[in-house]
Amino acid sequence: MPEPPAAGPVLAVRDLRVALPPGADRPFAVDGVGFDLDAGEILCVVGESGSGKSLTAAAIMRLLPRSVRVAGGTITLDGTDLLALPEAEMRGWRGRRLGMIFQEPMTALNPLMRVGDQIDEVLRAHAGLDEAARRRRVVELMAQVNLPDPGQLRHAYPFRLSGGQRQRVMIAMALALGPAVLIADEPTTALDVTTQKQILALIKEIQRRHGMGVLFITHDFGVVAEIADRVAVMQHGSIVEIGRAADVLNAPRHAYTRSLIAAVPRLEPRPAVANAAPTILEATQLSKTYASAGGFFVRRRVVAAVKRVDLVIREGETLGVVGESGSGKSTLGRLLVRLIKADGGTVTFGGTDLLTASAGRLRALRHEVQMVFQDPYASLNPRRRVGAIVADGPKAQGVDHPTAMARARELLALVGLDPAAVDRYPHEFSGGQRQRIGIARALALDPRLLIADEPVSALDVSVQAQVLELLNDVRRRFRLAMLFITHDLRVAAQVADRIAVMRLGEIVETGPTEEIFRAPRHPYTRELLDAVPGRAWSAAAAAP
Amino acid sequence: MERLEFIAQRLVKGVVVLLGIVVLNFLLIRLAPGDPATVMAGEAGAGDEVFLQQLRAQFGLDQPLVDQLWAYVRNIVTLDFGFSYRQQRPVVDLLAERLPPTLLLTGTAFLLSLVVGVALGVAAARVVGRWSDSLITVLALFFYATPLFWVGLMGVLLFSVTLGWLPAFGMFTVGVPLAGWALALDVGEHLVLPALTLALFHMAVYARMTRASMLEVRDQDFVRTARAKGIAEGEILRRHVLRNAILPVVTIAGVKAGYLIGGSIVVETVFAWPGIGRLAYEAVLQRDYNVLLGVFLLSSAMVIAVNLATDVVYSLVDPRIELGA
Repeated sequence: MPEPPAAGPVLAVRDLRVALPPGADRPFAVDGVGFDLDAGEILCVVGESGSGKSLTAAAIMRLLPRSVRVAGGTITLDGTDLLALPEAEMRGWRGRRLGMIFQEPMTALNPLMRVGDQIDEVLRAHAGLDEAARRRRVVELMAQVNLPDPGQLRHAYPFRLSGGQRQRVMIAMALALGPAVLIADEPTTALDVTTQKQILALIKEIQRRHGMGVLFITHDFGVVAEIADRVAVMQHGSIVEIGRAADVLNAPRHAYTRSLIAAVPRLEPRPAVANAAPTILEATQLSKTYASAGGFFVRRRVVAAVKRVDLVIREGETLGVVGESGSGKSTLGRLLVRLIKADGGTVTFGGTDLLTASAGRLRALRHEVQMVFQDPYASLNPRRRVGAIVADGPKAQGVDHPTAMARARELLALVGLDPAAVDRYPHEFSGGQRQRIGIARALALDPRLLIADEPVSALDVSVQAQVLELLNDVRRRFRLAMLFITHDLRVAAQVADRIAVMRLGEIVETGPTEEIFRAPRHPYTRELLDAVPGRAWSAAAAAP
Repeated sequence: MERLEFIAQRLVKGVVVLLGIVVLNFLLIRLAPGDPATVMAGEAGAGDEVFLQQLRAQFGLDQPLVDQLWAYVRNIVTLDFGFSYRQQRPVVDLLAERLPPTLLLTGTAFLLSLVVGVALGVAAARVVGRWSDSLITVLALFFYATPLFWVGLMGVLLFSVTLGWLPAFGMFTVGVPLAGWALALDVGEHLVLPALTLALFHMAVYARMTRASMLEVRDQDFVRTARAKGIAEGEILRRHVLRNAILPVVTIAGVKAGYLIGGSIVVETVFAWPGIGRLAYEAVLQRDYNVLLGVFLLSSAMVIAVNLATDVVYSLVDPRIELGA
């Protein structure tokens, strides 16, 4: 990595403190943070949720949420303390000297405004250009961030654009006036890996070309390894370690940094184990097509979500299904348990074709196949006690109340929660704990097959590691077979015995995890593997 | 092109719904106790069976129900709404005479309530939590909770009786032939109280909705993006917050616009406004079935038209609406 050009810091943050409203779990969300950002360098601020990294970024832009406020410190840009500026003057700095891009490209653009106009707004607010000059500049900017056909695309509304394209529009907006500092708050977190790779490359290229300082907020060490010149690690509102990327990543000094890095799933496939166990579930030629309702005048729009998929899961085996958004992997999971109706094919489980089984037979088999969902916030009924949630399944199968509740207590203990949790409500638990409740709920029915749809995607790395550990443990203990749906190849490498790669509704490649990682055959699999952020780093870090 | 197709499709659907309403209307009236012949005979003061039979034969009431329905639908399609024996005039003429005043009243009230309501909602959201916000919210709640006729009567008491500023009822000053601008001014003066009365309730609804919607939208990501671009607050409010916040108000306004015609029955009666609403009220009292059916049909057609208009407006405001989907 080339050394950034020597220059004084373009942005200097000193002793920044951001106060939380009274009654929060700590008085200061950001407590005494200080760092320098040089022109032409990328400083990654990395930390888990609640570490204060995003509030630090928002404080620099002076765009903090209403409930929190800056309680002290200085933020110096071009020799001016931004915190001392009156609001009207601060507005002149935003968009001109300070650009910012956000995490959610889906919501960060005004849905009712053409993307070209949204870029144009920055120019109108700050640059005294006439309309023709602004139009030229908008097209130029859109071309610079590699958006296709800018002349046409600038007339499009955001909903017509893909997630990656929207993020490019955001970048074009932030770059419009060549800011000295670009603040990027988790800009690639909501994107697919292959798109993420392109956006990271774009940010890096533009940063090099314009010599900007980039403050890059992320939770993902893979991304850090990919892009950072320097790294600051935040915990509980303070920077615990700051230094050159190579040093922090490969020789972390602080215990917290070490634990974070240790929690990052290694990109090392688990060793192949010969599995001659009998088949537990077999799907053949499984298909699902979604179609919009047609009418007299309207053509039906048809999307093939799952196309003639064949798969086999053996007893005690974990099959990882990996793919990007829209690949049909979640639809596949739901088809297998007949949560949605398939258009064709068979799913054989325990000698029965689930797709044609009678309602009674299906209900009898339900308890043997259970699901764990992605969003631990949305998948538990907020109005019911945890004990009732866990005990519901067995009770529906005819178990009496005291037995079911006793079993619920047992299971909650098994997944590492206090059995007293039975009397509490889901909102009293953290995301990781809720996912544990979700697992206990699935286990309560003594399933033989678990279908887990992105069960750790919404969790911080350290929590993610614990939940993966728990899943591994219950899998061994109950000899569970598992279908593990994920977009994250690192996670798949950790949990799956075999991997099926999905793209556009089809399984393009399937094989033992080790083989897929060592010798991918399909070009798409290679592309996916290649896009995993921090690939080179994880190989090196795994060495000692 | 896509939009024309969409409108054509909706028109076809609207016509089908309208036909359904025609049939329903017909059956509904037949459900009322006693057939029109007994009503007419009763009014004529003669109740013997022979006279009744004669009446039934004359008006085709002795035909099978299906034939009667068919005849009715055929008449409606040719815009023959029947004859009002009460008023001794064709129903079509009555409707044509009463429709313009109603459209004037409800149209004025609708525009007034929407413009002022949204403006008040925006004003309240801008100063949320301060006394002016509380004032707007409390006023909105007051008018939301108060019955229309009471507001109307109080208005008459204050502005007509006590202050003598505005006429208390009717649409024209009686006995003074006017033309041109003088006529417009006269009608305008008569319009103020009923339009205000009708508008106040809906104004309150729009104000509350706009306020709530603004407060929700102003915390959304794209508003933060707009701030990060360094755009002035006023522009953010107008181009980003309000445009998005107005969407649910458009939906509700569409529903309410249909309701305004129904709501005008009370107001037209209170202010003796010569519109459809009062016509309906009188028709109910006099069991003038043909007029009643005509009013039903006309207001149904208006609701359908308003719905279509709402859909088109919505598709213009929100590009994400997939026409025809």
